[in-house]
Amino acid sequence: MTESSATSHVHDEHVAHHFDDAAQQFETGKLGIWTFLLTEVLFFSGLFVVYSTLRNNNPEVFAYAAQFLDTKLGFLNTCVLLLSSFTFALGVRNAMLGQTKALGINLVITFLCAAGFMGIKYQEYSHKYHEGLLWSGSEHSVFKANLDDVHPEIRAHSSVWGDAQKLTPEFRHEIGQFFAIYFCLTGLHGIHVLLGMILIAWLLMRNARGDFGPNNFNAVDFGALYWHLVDLIWIFLFPLLYLIA
Amino acid sequence: MSHSDPHSEGPALGHVLPLKMLVGVLVALLLLTGLTVWTGQMNFHGWDLKIAMVIAGIKATLVCAIFMHLKWDRPLNAIFFLISIVFVAVFLAFTVLDTYENEVNVEALIESKR
Amino acid sequence: MTLDHKRLGLMYLWSIIAMMFLGGAFVMLIRAELFSPGEDFVSADTFNQLFTLHGSIMVFLVIIPSIPAALGNFVLPLMLGAKDVAFPKLNRMSYHLYVMGAIFFVASMLATGLDTGWTFYAPYSTSESPAHRAILFAVFGAFVLGFSSIFTGLNFLVTIHKMRPPGMTWFKMPLFLWAIYATSIIQILATPVIGITLLLVAVERMLEIGIFNPALGGDPVLFQHMFWFYSHPAVYIMLLPAMGVMSELISTYSRKSIFGYRYIALSSVAIAVVSFVVWGHHMYVSGQSVLVSVLFSAITFFVAVPSAVKVFNWIATLYKGSIRLTSSMIYGLAIIWLFGIGGLTGLWLAALETDIHLHDTYFVVSHFHFVMVGSAIMAFLGGIHHWWPKFYGTMLNEKVSLWGASLLFLGFNLTFLPQFIAGTQGMPRRYFDYAERFEGYNQISTVGAFLMGFSMLLIVANFLRSIRSGKPAPANPWGAVTLEWNTAPIPDPHNFDDAPVVGDPYDLSIFKWDEAEGGYVPTRPVPGLPYIALPNADSTESQH
Repeated sequence: MTESSATSHVHDEHVAHHFDDAAQQFETGKLGIWTFLLTEVLFFSGLFVVYSTLRNNNPEVFAYAAQFLDTKLGFLNTCVLLLSSFTFALGVRNAMLGQTKALGINLVITFLCAAGFMGIKYQEYSHKYHEGLLWSGSEHSVFKANLDDVHPEIRAHSSVWGDAQKLTPEFRHEIGQFFAIYFCLTGLHGIHVLLGMILIAWLLMRNARGDFGPNNFNAVDFGALYWHLVDLIWIFLFPLLYLIA
Repeated sequence: MSHSDPHSEGPALGHVLPLKMLVGVLVALLLLTGLTVWTGQMNFHGWDLKIAMVIAGIKATLVCAIFMHLKWDRPLNAIFFLISIVFVAVFLAFTVLDTYENEVNVEALIESKR
Repeated sequence: MTLDHKRLGLMYLWSIIAMMFLGGAFVMLIRAELFSPGEDFVSADTFNQLFTLHGSIMVFLVIIPSIPAALGNFVLPLMLGAKDVAFPKLNRMSYHLYVMGAIFFVASMLATGLDTGWTFYAPYSTSESPAHRAILFAVFGAFVLGFSSIFTGLNFLVTIHKMRPPGMTWFKMPLFLWAIYATSIIQILATPVIGITLLLVAVERMLEIGIFNPALGGDPVLFQHMFWFYSHPAVYIMLLPAMGVMSELISTYSRKSIFGYRYIALSSVAIAVVSFVVWGHHMYVSGQSVLVSVLFSAITFFVAVPSAVKVFNWIATLYKGSIRLTSSMIYGLAIIWLFGIGGLTGLWLAALETDIHLHDTYFVVSHFHFVMVGSAIMAFLGGIHHWWPKFYGTMLNEKVSLWGASLLFLGFNLTFLPQFIAGTQGMPRRYFDYAERFEGYNQISTVGAFLMGFSMLLIVANFLRSIRSGKPAPANPWGAVTLEWNTAPIPDPHNFDDAPVVGDPYDLSIFKWDEAEGGYVPTRPVPGLPYIALPNADSTESQH
């Protein structure tokens, strides 16, 4: 390193060598994470386009199919996720103020909320699987175009089997598509929740090591931004999937 | 910018949110969630989706502005985020317009063959 | 492993050249097969796989990363006077993702049977077919490469926003940086969409979810919308950086300040934005509705305006310039011709009624090769020749470079001009066989293609020779003023000792060719430019 570049500011262990000062590093990181969130929005947008096209083609199918989703669980999950966003925002506040203990507690609560969200999601998924509420290409689907193709197990156990028999083959296909996009949207969102849990665990580890304080909270702040985006996407998914009258 | 004032409490960079504000936002978000469940069960004759999206939009704005500090950030970050929404809108608009137009054409075709 | 943007840039450079040879080998087989009608060398099935691999390797592994990832990585921080890009670790990860994507594509090649074309159109790509594994490998490869591209774009975008030295305002940035900035906008906004689309194709194949597959009620036109929402802007991921290189080349080798700086700078951003609302012009015959086709056609014509603004400005820069025909300048001048043809034929294809006639013919093949090879690859090579002295601190053999550039230009025109004619006469693309009457055009094409192959070998041999035994390069062999020439002949790992002083990037009057010195010498003292303000005393000594 040259001496001249070091004279302009006091050496700071948290500032990487290619930045002039902590402010530049912070602003750069912040713009970086926002740009990343922008790519995430576009990433999800593909699925929203599929959703809109399918729903636009067959609004009545979506209205019919949505009754199979559990609004109560969806509502509960929304609340859990909103709470986790809140605790993460509290965590950022703690990190900025140097309250590392409170930061740890808030990160743990956020992590538990995320785990709870995934637990409820698992309940919903397994219920759908047992009822055969799947896309029509799936082996376990009750919405096969040809009713003879429906798995014997599903015929025996699924409460939807009676209704499904009354529908036209085309209608069954289209309900299958609703579940295809339901699983794609919630599945991709779920993957993001899991990635977020890994992120929170990593932050907890670093916090335990004493990494964070008023001079170094960038990782917590940026992690929280990611987590809020996951929350944001769910805010739209909930009414679009669960609340179709 | 907060980092220009070394005498204030808290960090040199970033913006510390008051606790009350965070709690307030959480309460508002939960209330709006309840509201959207309630409106979802009503029938507003074709306005259901629009109402649900407006409520979701308000919730999203709250999360972005307060939880994600956009209100206090440099405007560039908010502009970037808004740009993403504009492009998603363009993507949606053209694709849905095409599907809609096609639907109309296909129906007209079926009608003419009857 | 290194985090230095310059080393990463060179690693990209050689990986991309390696992939270019792989994709090039496939096309040599294709052209050999097409030398005469009927089955000569390869079967119809093999032919389908060859053009698929040629297309996908050239698009995803060569052209898209070529200028941004290789030249951009090397040059961008230097031009900005920065020590590195904003996120060096992310930059390294981009390279690792690139290698991973390349491995996926090689795996798909070894698994054999990938014959969807580079576009992976549904329902063919989602239907039952023996090439299940090959398609999945290729789709995952393109998915991973997408992330490599996104992270590179993100990195450059943030670097340009936040790491400019004091004094470098937006309108004092070299035009290459404007072009890279516009490219980054497309990379971060469009690439995620191809990611999710390909992911859906993979899920569709594995789980039969019925979103794109019409047999399950899906909508294949929806796939095309999603695919082209990325892939049309992707054309500008390839082209915009090429235009950026062009602006540097034309100005430097005309010894003249670039004409219409602000127009060129802003037209890059205009192209980036408008390129997002023209994707439907790939879908006129796909069953897209008439209203939407008309809209897309009209907007497509609009995108020609900022592109033409650039070309006119380059020509105006040449006017009364003191033009020096270096190899880089040969590439630059070639591009004006080639992009002129490639761009204008694009307008014919954008018109609804001519496109119905020309769709899926060799006219289209020729058009996009004029843009992708004739403009993007030529600019890539021109850029390499321009910045080579900074890469290894050695000069290229200029005579060989001139031969390489000229033969490549000749070969290119021989290959693709006849294809326009064959295309208008109705020769369809993507067939291993054709009617007798097209034989003449195809033979010229094949000869041209082999000439291109030969000149590429010559060009790369010249690179290798320069690394082994090239003459040491002076710090500023071309008398250029942008900041990257204000570094040591081989730039230090941290690029600059002091934050450089920023001036007008196109004030070429600072330097004058000095016959006695055998190099460029400053015409007046310029503070803060240690390397370019002094005559190249030490480097000229070592040359003798």
